[in-house]
Amino acid sequence: MTFRSFTFLLFASLATTLSACKDDADLTVPAAGTLDIEVDNVVGTAPLALNTGTYFTPLGQQFTVSTFNYYITNVKLKKADGTEYAEPESYHLVRETDAASKAFTLNNVPAGDYTALSFVLGVDSVRNVSGAQVGALDPANGMFWTWNSGYIYTKMEGSSPQAGGNRQLVFHIGGFKKPNNTICTVSPSLNGAVIQVRKDRHPTVHLASDVLKMFTGPNTINFTTLSNTMGGSSSVLVADNQAAGMFRVEHIHAN
Amino acid sequence: MLRAKFAWLALWGLAGLGACATDADMAPAWEVPGTEVPTNFPAPVYPAALNPPTHEAFALGRTLFYDPLLSRTGDVSCGSCHQQQVAFAHQDHHFSHGVDNLLGTRNAPALQNLRWRAEFMWDGGAKHIETMPLAPITNPVEMDETLENVLRKLNADAGYQQRFEQVYGSRPITSQQLLKALAQFTASLTSSNSRYDHYARQEKGGELTGPEVRGLAIMRQKCSTCHAGELFTDETYRNNGLDRSFWADSGRAHITGRPQDVGRFKVPSLRNVALTPPYMHDGRFRTLREVLDHYDSGMVESGTLDVQLRRSGAGPGISLTENEKTDLLAFLQTLTDTEFLHDKRLAESR
Repeated sequence: MTFRSFTFLLFASLATTLSACKDDADLTVPAAGTLDIEVDNVVGTAPLALNTGTYFTPLGQQFTVSTFNYYITNVKLKKADGTEYAEPESYHLVRETDAASKAFTLNNVPAGDYTALSFVLGVDSVRNVSGAQVGALDPANGMFWTWNSGYIYTKMEGSSPQAGGNRQLVFHIGGFKKPNNTICTVSPSLNGAVIQVRKDRHPTVHLASDVLKMFTGPNTINFTTLSNTMGGSSSVLVADNQAAGMFRVEHIHAN
Repeated sequence: MLRAKFAWLALWGLAGLGACATDADMAPAWEVPGTEVPTNFPAPVYPAALNPPTHEAFALGRTLFYDPLLSRTGDVSCGSCHQQQVAFAHQDHHFSHGVDNLLGTRNAPALQNLRWRAEFMWDGGAKHIETMPLAPITNPVEMDETLENVLRKLNADAGYQQRFEQVYGSRPITSQQLLKALAQFTASLTSSNSRYDHYARQEKGGELTGPEVRGLAIMRQKCSTCHAGELFTDETYRNNGLDRSFWADSGRAHITGRPQDVGRFKVPSLRNVALTPPYMHDGRFRTLREVLDHYDSGMVESGTLDVQLRRSGAGPGISLTENEKTDLLAFLQTLTDTEFLHDKRLAESR
């Protein structure tokens, strides 16, 4: 009798414990999903074609593009109630020459309806001075200044008949110290759309990144006077333009 | 028969043990230098825990430091311009020659106590000990090589492949592995055993003469605003009145772009200073005597001249009598660390 009641108690308590655990798990670990982000590099309304495409700035200056690379980092999603999801170790290097680099996936995003997307165009100041990095931040990617160490956030190179000297365009935008900090956080409008992250869905945000918007916006860039910048105050002019509108959300696929 | 076999096995086992013992004897009976913080030093910027020193990684970093493979032409190594016998400065060179005998524009600084540095080079352009080597490697008048090419060459070398794998457990060799290995060596370059250090720590061998003690007092009184603390530098950038204009080299302004930084250069440490002529960022002074004469009476005015160097009722400078100069020169000799200069662990292994 004593033994039996002990056994019963043991089972009863085990059952309670197990079910309690299950309840806890349901409460604290909501279902997670993924979100794909795809970027198309464009020049105004035209797709970017390296070397072969000829484009015009709003000033009417003709130019071509031979290199277009930039960092998308610290990606965040925000719900209507203000709660945020920040992708851990969020460093992505987009290179026009590398199709695979133009799409990446956020994994283990808590399920929910997200109404805003934001990211940094550039690299946070901490990682600029944290020693030898790997992956997207590997200095071997050619996006790192060695003589004034720090990352090049956007590397746009090309040519223009209006550019001085050898007609080359060299726009290496970077810098993390005041007054020439060019790190910008952007939050392109979802145009009222909602990103629904669910366990069984695979939504995709399609972004367009517009080269032209480097040269127009708050500061009109004239290649006759500015065709070469590697950080410093002239880079800030370009970064202000980028922050104002280089990225736009083209559309969101729900599944 | 069985017994004999067992005995043989036992012997074989003993032989095995013997071999092990020999291996243990062969294993390095030395410590990686520079892992302990000297008791008279502040806390390091790059503590050992950030890149835990091991024999293999340190030795790999040392091999890389002395390997001209890092240069485009294969004939310039880090050690070419940073020589141990002169505290890893460049003996008798106001400027160093890089690939194709191209000349640089600044005097190669001593490499010592780099664990305590947040910024490197005369203008502070390099901001981390691990990424710092990328500057000389890629500089067109120094090693003129790309990181990509260095990795390609290292990955084509069976010896390096094996050593990197032994340390980092993976192939191929990555830039992070290369830079971490180099930092194992550069961070180890600790000079903390000069006669002055023994004096400061009240250790044996720390006796200073009368002129040396007087020189130390003068240094503390007149020079230690900039050459501060046990590292003998406050790590700031200052214009010490070398020129009226800095059109050839704007110094710190080259990095910050700020007009107030024109003509400012990093305050160097005074450790091992007797061995590192010529002096100043452009190596213009051949002797310490000339340096002291400059501070006393050779300075010229410019817009960014350091306020510490202004004298009321006189031109810029730090007033020093001839006796004070003699005592200062005596003191500066006590900062020579022969143990560091002759430490075999830091030498190129042949």
